Amino acid sequence: MSVEWSDGGAYALLGPSGCGKTTLLNIISGLLTPTQGEVWFGDENVTNEPADTRNIAQVFQFPVVYDTMTVYDNLAFPLRNRGVDETEIDQRVREIGDMLDLTETLNKRAAGLTADGKQKISLGRGLVRKDVNVIMFDEPLTVIDPHLKWVLRSKLKELHQRVGATMIYVTHDQTEALTFADQVVVMHEGTVVQIGTPIDLFERPQHTFVGHFIGSPGMNVLPCSIDNGRAMFAGQAISTVNSIAGPVTGRTEIGIRPEFVTFSDEGINVDIIKVSDVGRHNIIEVKHGEHSLKLLLTEGQDIPADGAHITFDPGYTQIYVDGWMAGGS
Amino acid sequence: MATKSTNQKAWFFVVPVIILVAFNALIPLMTVVNYSVQETFGNNIFFFEGVKWFEQVLHSERFHASLLRQLSFTGIILAIEIPLGIAIALAMPKKGFWVSVCLVLMALPLLIPWNVVGAMWNIFALPDIGLLGRIINGIGFDYNFTQNPTAAWFTTILMDVWHWTSLVVLLAYAGLSSIPDAYFQAAKIDGAGAWAVFRHIQLPKMKRVLTIAILLRFMDSFMIYTEPFVLTGGGPGNTTTFLSIDLVKIALGQFDLGPAAAMSLIYFLIVLLVCWVFYTLMMKDEAQ
Repeated sequence: MSVEWSDGGAYALLGPSGCGKTTLLNIISGLLTPTQGEVWFGDENVTNEPADTRNIAQVFQFPVVYDTMTVYDNLAFPLRNRGVDETEIDQRVREIGDMLDLTETLNKRAAGLTADGKQKISLGRGLVRKDVNVIMFDEPLTVIDPHLKWVLRSKLKELHQRVGATMIYVTHDQTEALTFADQVVVMHEGTVVQIGTPIDLFERPQHTFVGHFIGSPGMNVLPCSIDNGRAMFAGQAISTVNSIAGPVTGRTEIGIRPEFVTFSDEGINVDIIKVSDVGRHNIIEVKHGEHSLKLLLTEGQDIPADGAHITFDPGYTQIYVDGWMAGGS
Repeated sequence: MATKSTNQKAWFFVVPVIILVAFNALIPLMTVVNYSVQETFGNNIFFFEGVKWFEQVLHSERFHASLLRQLSFTGIILAIEIPLGIAIALAMPKKGFWVSVCLVLMALPLLIPWNVVGAMWNIFALPDIGLLGRIINGIGFDYNFTQNPTAAWFTTILMDVWHWTSLVVLLAYAGLSSIPDAYFQAAKIDGAGAWAVFRHIQLPKMKRVLTIAILLRFMDSFMIYTEPFVLTGGGPGNTTTFLSIDLVKIALGQFDLGPAAAMSLIYFLIVLLVCWVFYTLMMKDEAQ
């Protein structure tokens, strides 16, 4: 893989558990040394630099605080280890404490704080250094109560705008990734399958995995045959965004998000299997032969009786070969 | 409000425990209390003496001397075993094949019966035939633990360190193993050196197990009997006569049951008191 993280960006590293997100993160931070490949910060090759000289900060899944110290000392710790002058430490610590709403607890023992307070300290220890290249978050909200997750997430977003440091946020939760990041890096089984804005990932998934993983419900993936570069499904030619030039080898599929499937008077005839009400939408599961797919109707839209037909929005229908989008977009 | 239901039959569940505790603790203790306030003659004739034996023991120079010896011994072995145990635990491998090897080697001394430890060290340290004794004399020190008080103390302490440091190591190692990796990674990123990691992560995380280690080692060493009894028999002279050895001498050597019982109770209260004070101090921090 080759990934470029531009300075000051807010990135999310999204993928299911065990896909290699944390490994990639630890390689960037220097906690792991890669067996092959290189890590560059700007024009400096840092592959063999240890973590403490890379000027990175990392917030872990479980909050790490130094129990015996006060919140103040916790925040001052990375600076004191680097021999920074006490007056400067004081100024930085107060500034960061203020930024993270920790001012009132500065003189309390860190061990007595709640999980979200501790996680703020972990973050603060990263922010307190001025020269930080990148702040990395490894599923930092795992142990935070649901109602505080939202608060902390907007805090992070706000901090990113204020501090302007590069941030990489690892998560398996698409909501967290899509709300936090400008650019989302989707990983699957150790490889990066797509890098893009949340809208890219939604509208133009480069891989069927991205289609499945992002969106609720995920993208419909239907096997299709190729005739003259066009996708054929259910005996009909389907208009798609991309086309295939030349002969094809491999498994061919079309992908269409439930949002872009609609009922119509003509098109592919289907049987309605199930209707689930998920609030503002109804998810309709339909079947053509043995292929089932889902579509999304806003509440109030009519669900046809027997003999329903569906059509796909050609602007959001894509052909995939062996899982990857054919021909690029 | 719901009324509490009462069922006195529940007491039957507690009876087995009460019987067990009565036989292994309460009844023997009450016997000792009984002896401590009476003068005992033959044919089971007793006279009530009140607190006379307690006064006698508390004012006895012999008791003061053995208490001082006991305190010094316990202080010295704690000062050696706790730091040494932590150092060994820190040096032990964290994973892989050698972990089990180290753990088994560490556990070995703990499995050896006390009197065997005493006998082993007795022979090991004999100046004429013992390996240790010969070596120390061979490198030019005049070493004979049966005649020289310093040598006797040195041997007794060395024996205890050999026998019990493992306990501290195992407890400290367990404490160290329970620290999540993220702490060390965070410390690395924060630029903390080895000392800062020890001072701010490892030591605080080991606090609970170390409290237990210190308490156990205090109690055990304060009540030590078998090993020095087999090694030196309390000698030369009285120089390694610790409290329990002295107690046995009074109770079974001189058959002074009254003073011995009073001394037992005082001894017991000292152990209890020190443990309580120590535990309270260590836990006071925790509660904040």
